[in-house]
Amino acid sequence: MYDGGKIITGLVVFVGLVTFPLWSNVGKAAKKPDPKIDTPVIQQLAEKKCIEPKAFMQAEHMKILNDWRDSVVRDGNKLYVSSSGKTFNMSLQNECMNCHSNKKQFCDECHNYTDVKPYCWTCHIEPKEKEKVAWASIEENS
Amino acid sequence: MGINRREFLKIVGISAVAGLGGATAVDLLRRAPVEASQASPNPKALTAKRWAMVIDTRKLTEADCQRMIEACHRVHNVPDIGTKQEVKWIWTEEYEHAFPDDMNEFVSDEVKHKPFLMLCNHCDQPACVRVCPTKATFKRADGIVMMDMHRCIGCRFCMAACPFGARSFNFGDPRPYVKEENRKYPTRMRGVVEKCTFCTERLEEGLMPACVEVSNGALIFGDLDDPNSEVRQALRSNYSIRRKPNLGTQPCVYYIV
Repeated sequence: MYDGGKIITGLVVFVGLVTFPLWSNVGKAAKKPDPKIDTPVIQQLAEKKCIEPKAFMQAEHMKILNDWRDSVVRDGNKLYVSSSGKTFNMSLQNECMNCHSNKKQFCDECHNYTDVKPYCWTCHIEPKEKEKVAWASIEENS
Repeated sequence: MGINRREFLKIVGISAVAGLGGATAVDLLRRAPVEASQASPNPKALTAKRWAMVIDTRKLTEADCQRMIEACHRVHNVPDIGTKQEVKWIWTEEYEHAFPDDMNEFVSDEVKHKPFLMLCNHCDQPACVRVCPTKATFKRADGIVMMDMHRCIGCRFCMAACPFGARSFNFGDPRPYVKEENRKYPTRMRGVVEKCTFCTERLEEGLMPACVEVSNGALIFGDLDDPNSEVRQALRSNYSIRRKPNLGTQPCVYYIV
């Protein structure tokens, strides 16, 4: 092989550069999101349950919020009867965040991990949080 | 070749049937969204066939108007910007600006210099609703012309269409100009149009609109379709005018002069 040394060196450098994103991130996996639900309001609940079962809320909360939004704004409905028969006020700002008053540790925890940027808070007022958490929303830090 | 026209057409036909059936099967298997029937209006809510307001201008002074403006803007987080980019849901205007159709050369001094309370007229034939390209502004069954801020794209067609100047555009983020946030109500964001909503959020809780509540009886709010309602009684026993009636938008805000 002519110029074998140069070619092999070049190949090694090339493969190194192309795989840079892989080996440079080895062992630096992002922390698994761990949304917290230990807010004062939730602590005081006799039965610590959301409006629907946890698995359903995890998978479908965005759909529920969309449905609520349209139902409240366009149809003038205000109350939601859950599968357990309980009635809730359909309001992100006044009902969801009343219990989940820890937006940074609850909403942002997963949304940052999955790089989802819901635009709820450009209008809806987020709850006041006393402690500033270090892993707060990336957007707010930058 | 191993295929003739007849065979080919058979395969095409069977494939088409399978394709149609497949789409249906996928639709059936897909998880159903949350049932809409689970939502219902608040039983405490005030309801009407056609909400309307009667403003008794004889009872109103500048101070009264300011009190109502303040009450409205406070509960709805309306920013106080103070430049040409102002945002207003309710404001005052002089007679000649409020009622430009009045062709009389001379009007009484009292009427001429009295402050008239202006707000969205919640027209029966709203021009803003007709022009909105996203249906962000729409007319509810009870006559209220409502805005869905989630859909507004800020094209401002509605502002051009509204003959009453009832709509304001958010040229920038309104939050820094909201002095005291009402944490129960959202603000708006940059790039959307906003206006009076006849306090739909208060009606749903069984409360009168904020301005009516602090008006000491100068503002009457009720159902125009109900002949025995307070508004109809007020209109029956007093002479009233409306803004720019010749445009045919049928405003639902009446002024007793």
